[in-house]
Amino acid sequence: MSENLLEVKDLKKYYPVKSSSLFGKERVLKAVDGVNFSIKKGETFGLVGESGCGKSTIGRSIIRLHDITSGNIFFDGDDIASLNEKGLKKYRRRMQAVFQDPYASLNPTMNVFELISEPMKIHGNPTPAEQKDTILSLLDQVGLKKDHLYRYPHEFSGGQRQRVSIARALSVNPDFILCDEPISALDVSVQAQVVNMLEDIQEKTGVTYLFIAHDLSMVRHISNRIGVMYLGDIVEIAESDELYTEPLHPYTQALLSAIPEPDTTIAKRERIVLSGEVPSPLNAPSGCKFRTRCPHAMDICREVVPPMLAIGNGRQVACHLYDEEGKIIE
Amino acid sequence: MNKRKWNGVKRELFKNKYALMAFVLLIVFLIAALFAFLSPFDPNKMSIIDKLQSPNGKHLFGTDEYGRDYFTRVLYGARVSLAVGFLSMIVAVVIGTTVGTVSGYFGGWIDNILMRFVEVLMSIPSFFLMLLLNAYMKPGITTLVLIIGFFTWMEIARIVRSETLSIKEREYVMYAKASGQSSFLTITKHIIPNIAPTIIIAGTLNIATAILMESSLSFLGLGVQQPNSSWGSMLNSAQGYIGEAWHLTLFPGFLILFTVLCFNVLGDVLRVAFEPKGANGEKK
Repeated sequence: MSENLLEVKDLKKYYPVKSSSLFGKERVLKAVDGVNFSIKKGETFGLVGESGCGKSTIGRSIIRLHDITSGNIFFDGDDIASLNEKGLKKYRRRMQAVFQDPYASLNPTMNVFELISEPMKIHGNPTPAEQKDTILSLLDQVGLKKDHLYRYPHEFSGGQRQRVSIARALSVNPDFILCDEPISALDVSVQAQVVNMLEDIQEKTGVTYLFIAHDLSMVRHISNRIGVMYLGDIVEIAESDELYTEPLHPYTQALLSAIPEPDTTIAKRERIVLSGEVPSPLNAPSGCKFRTRCPHAMDICREVVPPMLAIGNGRQVACHLYDEEGKIIE
Repeated sequence: MNKRKWNGVKRELFKNKYALMAFVLLIVFLIAALFAFLSPFDPNKMSIIDKLQSPNGKHLFGTDEYGRDYFTRVLYGARVSLAVGFLSMIVAVVIGTTVGTVSGYFGGWIDNILMRFVEVLMSIPSFFLMLLLNAYMKPGITTLVLIIGFFTWMEIARIVRSETLSIKEREYVMYAKASGQSSFLTITKHIIPNIAPTIIIAGTLNIATAILMESSLSFLGLGVQQPNSSWGSMLNSAQGYIGEAWHLTLFPGFLILFTVLCFNVLGDVLRVAFEPKGANGEKK
């Protein structure tokens, strides 16, 4: 549990945005603006944040769906950030992905057998019989039946499709699976089944997850550690229980206060309602990006970008309210 | 393509009277063309005493200026017209799909170069270019097919490119990329099967265009050479006798008209059948 499988260093992904007028200057959209974090072997790292804060961009950068602007991505010690497609091939097997939309993540013209055998054929040369054996055991593992083998995606429900996606990701024995909001399109009851299944699989195979979501209670359930993102930056990283019991960053506090509490006997957290909208990443505020909506904003927040402070126990926070020990500066 | 879509095509075909008529008519033309050899007459055998007969019991469509049975010539002409239409469609679809998917999938400078090339080709009045090329090449069916194919693929390429642009953002294409699938297999396994309906529609409409082009080229004497016949070349030779033998222009002319019309109607039916529900759900 101690060795890092994945280490992201100062990851930046900027998108050039062409101005609509002919002579307007080109601007850059800073989708991910210098992010650092690491994921240990066999753990689940959760990434939460509002829509458009760059969660999926980080995920897609790690599995190298697109080139990044700058930074390093160390996978099992090797920097994969600048490898070309040829060099990436052997890492492609070890990194798999499960995407959000169960209706768009499976090719509608292929049946389950073809879908799951595709990555196997890319990274090996199994005979059809071997493929079938592997796929049948995978289907069993994700709770699908044998007679689903030759069905097409439109014959499945959303939850079943997501199981097919997971079986497909597992078919090449990956070390790392990017789960890009795998449950947010599912019903709550199905969400729990899928999350429990992901946990069972992790227990059996020791696979590492990067779990991207915006459902905070589900993330707490599955993640060992959680990173909270705001406008392209990670503002806080903590063990998941610690994050929920004692959020440090004002943004985390506001996010957590928005979780509905089903048990009415428990005293409610004080609801922190943030004012205003998320600023456009095209025109991010100077200094701390959260200062325009932060209830504790100070003068220093306007001028100085808060550094990521490591305050012990693997906990990190980027806020001017705290000193090196994690104490509030009076 | 899955079964559901084909059922949609079937349903649409039987719901739409004109479509069914068009389909049946095309099948009839096709069968007639295939079984042209059953005709008791030799399409190329001249007989001066029988020349320019009006339609009668022996010669259903009458005879032409050399006394050849016009019905048999129409049947053999149908072979050429349909074959040229179909084969040039294949050529156009193959080039158009390749250029369109490559351009849309890779984007960037590849896309820029290919699309500017397409625009250049489209801006040249292709018919004159065809005339020019035809003058330098040996006239014949192969030449016709290649030339028509080479000058009608641009529309298909543009349609395919825009469909590819939308499909390549789907998560299953991203997954294929993330799991290391080669670009070639991503295009052939994930993109082309999912834009097949569009390709089929574009192809169907392309047949109609190709048949018209073949007729125009043959009409100008640049297509099929005598004594072989195609509908266009028959129109060409008939124009000198339009006063004395009106039927000589009537039959090939109407056959071209009906065939092109049928392919257009069918293309429209396919478009409606393949469109997602809701877009055409309202009753007309």
